[in-house]
Amino acid sequence: MTRVLELAASRRGFLGLAAGGAALAASGGAVQAERVRTTARIAILGAGAGGTAIANRLANRLEGATITIVDGRQQHWYQPGFTLIAAGLKSARYSISQTADWLPQGVTWVPEYAAALDPERKRITTTGGQVVDYDYLIVATGLSLDWDAIEGFSLDQVGQNGVSAHYAGPEYAELSWRALDRFTDQGGVGLFGRPATEMKCAGAPLKITFLAEDIARRKGNRERVQIVYNAQNQALFGLPIVHHKVRQLFDERGIEKRYDHVLTAIDAQRRVATYATPEGDVQTDYDFINVIPPQRAPSVIREAGLSWGDRWLDQGWIEVDRETLRHLRYPEIFGVGDILGVPKGKTAASAKWHQPVVEDHLVAEIQGREGTARFNGYTSCPMITRIGRAMLVEFDYNDNLTPSFPGIIAPLEELWISWLMKEIALKPTYNAMLRGLA
Amino acid sequence: MKDLTFATLIAVWEEMFGAGVFWAMVLVAAAITALYVHVLIRDRKMSMRKFLLAQLSMPVGAVAAVWFVLAITSSSLADMGGPIDVLVLLGIAGVGAVGFAILVYVVQSLMRGPERE
Repeated sequence: MTRVLELAASRRGFLGLAAGGAALAASGGAVQAERVRTTARIAILGAGAGGTAIANRLANRLEGATITIVDGRQQHWYQPGFTLIAAGLKSARYSISQTADWLPQGVTWVPEYAAALDPERKRITTTGGQVVDYDYLIVATGLSLDWDAIEGFSLDQVGQNGVSAHYAGPEYAELSWRALDRFTDQGGVGLFGRPATEMKCAGAPLKITFLAEDIARRKGNRERVQIVYNAQNQALFGLPIVHHKVRQLFDERGIEKRYDHVLTAIDAQRRVATYATPEGDVQTDYDFINVIPPQRAPSVIREAGLSWGDRWLDQGWIEVDRETLRHLRYPEIFGVGDILGVPKGKTAASAKWHQPVVEDHLVAEIQGREGTARFNGYTSCPMITRIGRAMLVEFDYNDNLTPSFPGIIAPLEELWISWLMKEIALKPTYNAMLRGLA
Repeated sequence: MKDLTFATLIAVWEEMFGAGVFWAMVLVAAAITALYVHVLIRDRKMSMRKFLLAQLSMPVGAVAAVWFVLAITSSSLADMGGPIDVLVLLGIAGVGAVGFAILVYVVQSLMRGPERE
């Protein structure tokens, strides 16, 4: 998600906001690269954040290309907003727009899902039987949420009996808020955690945990709620330095943590959750639970044989060069967004940084030269630690912190300005990304 | 994001305030600025008496601006977490103070007319 802008669209843009017109004077509009003539057929699989953005970029950059985007989803979801919806700060409408609103002229949208992909014949077949042949393919399907992997859970439980699941979509995030609102009114045990697979926005499970604690405190009910975070391994966050900071904040706020606990089942009627641990299954009673399921590549991608053969075998992320985002076995295939089999970066911020890299290599290929752009693993996570404050955590493949504003906005400090970015600056910069402008 | 474009900045502001409120504020600010220039040209000088009252009213504008930003962003003064937060807050207060002072000067000039020697 959202490991929104997190999507990070304009960090620098926001500083500009803070600094007023001075920033404007220092920066002009983006330089328009020269348009390239081609008759190439380019297919984009998926019209989410990554697919829509690259469609707009290529439509601007290429002249004469046949660009086809395949996605059956009518709604576009601003996923970085789900946490805000699930905390009662925004309504479901905040994250919903229409796919068609973001697609450029000159790009053909096939509003059906892909049923099959044949990379040898360079052909997509849709669920409606349409055939899309391509010279170049950009895989931007995002990932699948494997709800069935949580035994006893179904999405119709969300909002009742203390069940929340804000990853499922804007409406479910709103239902999740109702469950959280009741829990923080009435008290009890709240269980949080994350799956053991790679996931989008690894910060999101922590954010909703922090927010639940803060909301209970604001209601004067902190003493009545017990909040337990279940980490899937021995860390609260992949970056050691961030793990330690979060651990410290959890300790200060009285949030309990359990390591090596992976949710496998819930009994919604009895309100009992089952966790797999190295010592065997553990059952825990709860009054509220936030369910985030295992995440995998969509089956059409896995069945097409694009996945890695020696890693993430249960998840199926596509086999790309981690710097060029180009498929290692099918050079005419690129990937953007969550589907990539790279060590980090299932966030909108990363999807944004994938854009110029894929554009550069694809256009270079069309022109018969070598692309030069490289993706360094940049990921951004505005880690909300309470309503009104966040830590702007940015990092790369090497676990280096890569702050956009070194010395000005400290990455591990709980700041109001980082909250402002998350709450108000992220969505417009995300929208600019969709339009290919950022 | 590496680049900040004017369009993006406008989009951020529109998102922050809502497009209607944002453009209404732009129009109001532009109108007050135009009136300020108008009274300066009309009077051919700054009136120190009006300027004094304008200065005295600056804290009102500063507080109003800060209150406004906190109200639209689900946050409060207790959320200030570091030096940059305080600087941003002071910047907002400063803009509010100067804007309100100009408004007060303009209103006085329009209501009382040019100062007589």
